[in-house]
Amino acid sequence: MDDGSPVAPDRPALVGRNAVDRLYRAALTGLALSLPLLLVALLAELVASAWPAITRFGVRFLWTSVWDPVAGVFGAAPMIFGTLASSLLALLFAVPLALGVAIYLTEFSPKWLRQPVAFLVELLAAIPSVVYGLWGIFVLIPFLRGYVVPPLRGVLGWTPFLQGVFYGNSLLAGGVILAIMIVPYIAAVSREVLLAVPSSQREAALGMGATRWEAVWTAVVPYGRAGLIGAVILGLGRALGETMAVTMLIGNRHDIGLSVLQPAYTMAAAVANEFSEATTNLYLSALFEVGLILFVVTVVVNALARLMIWRVARGTAVGSRAL
Amino acid sequence: MTKFSLLALAALAAPAAAQVKLNGAGATFPNIIYQDWMLTYNQSHSDAQLNYQSIGSGGGIRQFSDGTVDFGATDAPMKDSAIAAINGNVLHIPTVLGGDVPTYNLPDVKATLKFTPDVLADIFLGKLTKWTDARITSANPGVKLPDADIVVVHRSDGSGTTFIWTDYLSKVSPEWEQKVGRGPSVNWPVGLGGKGNEGVTATVKQTPGAIGYVELGYAMANQLPAGSVRNKAGKFIAASLESITAAAAGAMKDMGPTTDFRVSITNPDGDAAYPVASFTWFLLHRQYDDAAKAAALVKFVWWAETQGQARAAPLGYAPLPKQLGPWIEVRLKSITAGGKSVWTTAAR
Amino acid sequence: MTTLVGVLSFVAVLALAVILGYLVVKGASSLDWNFFVKNPVPAGQAGGGVANAIVGTVIIVGVAALIGLPIGIGTGLYLAEYGSGRFGWIVRFVADVLNGTPSIVVGIFAWTWLVRPMGHFSALAGSVALAVLMVPMIARTTEEMVRLVPHSLREAALALGYPRWRTSLRIVARTALAGILTSCLVGIARIAGETAPLLFTALGNLNFSSSILQPMQTLSLQVFTYGTGPFDEWHRLAWAAALVLMGLVLLLSLTARWALRSRHGAAR
Repeated sequence: MDDGSPVAPDRPALVGRNAVDRLYRAALTGLALSLPLLLVALLAELVASAWPAITRFGVRFLWTSVWDPVAGVFGAAPMIFGTLASSLLALLFAVPLALGVAIYLTEFSPKWLRQPVAFLVELLAAIPSVVYGLWGIFVLIPFLRGYVVPPLRGVLGWTPFLQGVFYGNSLLAGGVILAIMIVPYIAAVSREVLLAVPSSQREAALGMGATRWEAVWTAVVPYGRAGLIGAVILGLGRALGETMAVTMLIGNRHDIGLSVLQPAYTMAAAVANEFSEATTNLYLSALFEVGLILFVVTVVVNALARLMIWRVARGTAVGSRAL
Repeated sequence: MTKFSLLALAALAAPAAAQVKLNGAGATFPNIIYQDWMLTYNQSHSDAQLNYQSIGSGGGIRQFSDGTVDFGATDAPMKDSAIAAINGNVLHIPTVLGGDVPTYNLPDVKATLKFTPDVLADIFLGKLTKWTDARITSANPGVKLPDADIVVVHRSDGSGTTFIWTDYLSKVSPEWEQKVGRGPSVNWPVGLGGKGNEGVTATVKQTPGAIGYVELGYAMANQLPAGSVRNKAGKFIAASLESITAAAAGAMKDMGPTTDFRVSITNPDGDAAYPVASFTWFLLHRQYDDAAKAAALVKFVWWAETQGQARAAPLGYAPLPKQLGPWIEVRLKSITAGGKSVWTTAAR
Repeated sequence: MTTLVGVLSFVAVLALAVILGYLVVKGASSLDWNFFVKNPVPAGQAGGGVANAIVGTVIIVGVAALIGLPIGIGTGLYLAEYGSGRFGWIVRFVADVLNGTPSIVVGIFAWTWLVRPMGHFSALAGSVALAVLMVPMIARTTEEMVRLVPHSLREAALALGYPRWRTSLRIVARTALAGILTSCLVGIARIAGETAPLLFTALGNLNFSSSILQPMQTLSLQVFTYGTGPFDEWHRLAWAAALVLMGLVLLLSLTARWALRSRHGAAR
């Protein structure tokens, strides 16, 4: 992890200056320390607040599905399921789209088109979550109800994934909005990963008589595979923790079902909906535990993503820059 | 941008005026009238600024108990255990009456639908799933119902509206009481969750075939149909200010200046009584630390209980029975700050 | 195949166009003078505005920036100047991991640490929550911007006998200033639209309030409340508020883009 910054020469004549230097360094270190401290504080706080629920329900909390505030029985399985299901559904739509954008922009598009298109796609990340939610309620859901679900049912209505009444607010609506929201992240990171692939890879393949497309598929993509997977995982991390748009669209129902037309719930949505309303301490604690699970899952997923991206594009803050 | 940041800077720099800021949060059920009261009151009283956020009755009780708001609001009275947890430092002050109505989205049905208690219970239990079910059609002769699935919409947040609805269903259906029970949030057997009266109303409006329960005022403001419900006396009664006040009339005999105002009036006696009605309450502390705050708050509450009552009817809430006024006055006079009643400075 | 990836790119851009298009069509017709200068009126009445939310957004985001930017920039300088060791690796890694923290989790964190102990909801708690979201982002982008400064410049300064801290602040940071400002703008744009962390901190306010120790309304909260509400009038205001919010975010993003471009020519 060499950052190439030169080491200040320690000359005896500059001792006085070194004192200020040390102060400067100490100050910056103190600020930098705030991030690890923050991570520890977040984790400690969540664990402490969730402790009553953790001791009360144990690991059962993860796979029981009763969420009954009246009786004081809590199980988070439906929310964990809904979070995973909506995020995976989002990946299903977003990955081909985002990789398509990244490959097109790095390998095929005319040069003059690269900047504007990349910028416009990244702009999707600038739209606030709550605006996606608003758009979803008034534009996306009526569109799905009118033009997407009926024909989809006509073709695939026999599968378990399209059963039941389509209410509008559903796993499908949540998944589609999440897909649009994570495309810019996956596209931006994939693009940086592909740009980091040495052109020698490309040229070698082309030299062996491969077409442009074959070169991309057999040389460039495999070389950047770890980074591309990292990009997808990064998108997954975003989708898992997304709150407002999903809360507004997914239907907020504690239930586990295969049909994407049915309403579901996510961990983030449950905390947003129920946190300020929890009357009993156990209820509040259960919500903290949901927050804790969400936090741990996203930390693990993000850590995994970073490590994989860094394998290809070392040390870069990929994704942070997406506008 | 610059203009706004200058404005913001100026605002930040300005010293806090001698204006008392009072924050409340809680029930969504009376949100419309509370917003109306507070915005109206703020306009005519420069010494106080009231803010109310509808986060649900459960939230109102929680935030009031944690002391993060100056007053709470709820449609589900606090349980004895919850009151004990804050050493009894709470008064329930009734503000208005409201009713929960079953509202539905059936664009082709023009007549007002009639619901029997068992039909409502079974719909919300998920046992009755078609609009063409014989038990619905037999109660609504001559109404052509669509062959559509029933989509149940309920609250996703803790809510007094839910408490009233489940309190009623528990009284009329033993199965409901045993399987689900009553509470500000319950383990729903079926349906979609919407946040707040607003969220349920919006979801019903946007979902054909939906049925939900909302506060009468919300249904009125949105021109949503409100079904009539068969009461204890066997009459189908539509929710109206009169039928809701009739529901409260029976409860007056149990109340007085020194009694607690926590009274359930669902499924009452009386031919004209609408069966899914309730008081809604402000939650005030018995003792406050800050005398200026307490005085301003009591002054506002008394304004709401007197002048404010006239604003209730146009917004779909039934005003309190006149008898309650003097009893509430006694209660407000008992509120203290630093051991002294704040009434004298408040009521002018 | 080339056509396929081209079409996919077109679809992604189309999504943006459709969303922005709806915002403009639905929002613009509802924008009037009242919208900017009036405060909310009781539900169901016409003629209100969201002046309190506009000012609230500016204050909450401004205070968040005051808290978050110094910490973020300092951390970024640390990473660029001294971050080659193990601790630097940890900070960099933690920053990237925290960058993906669900904002709702930060919201309940701020409620527990600020709202409950202080005894009331406040704009300040909201600002702190937003600052927490901002720091990792600013730290990493600042680091990248500082690293773009040519080594030769740094070496020249050191060779001239400049102490390390002066080199860092006067030469390196100043050279990277445009880049750092850009990253600040991007960070601010990001948090300006956040809603989830404000639900349990800033709470919302019916009135115009400029005290950071009181609950405060923001445009994002307004879009949520009005958008999920039942009144057509509220929906109208929600679209207008969303358009104004989006305009604000776009303005910041585009300014950042423009600043970076004019500085570095090709900003990747």
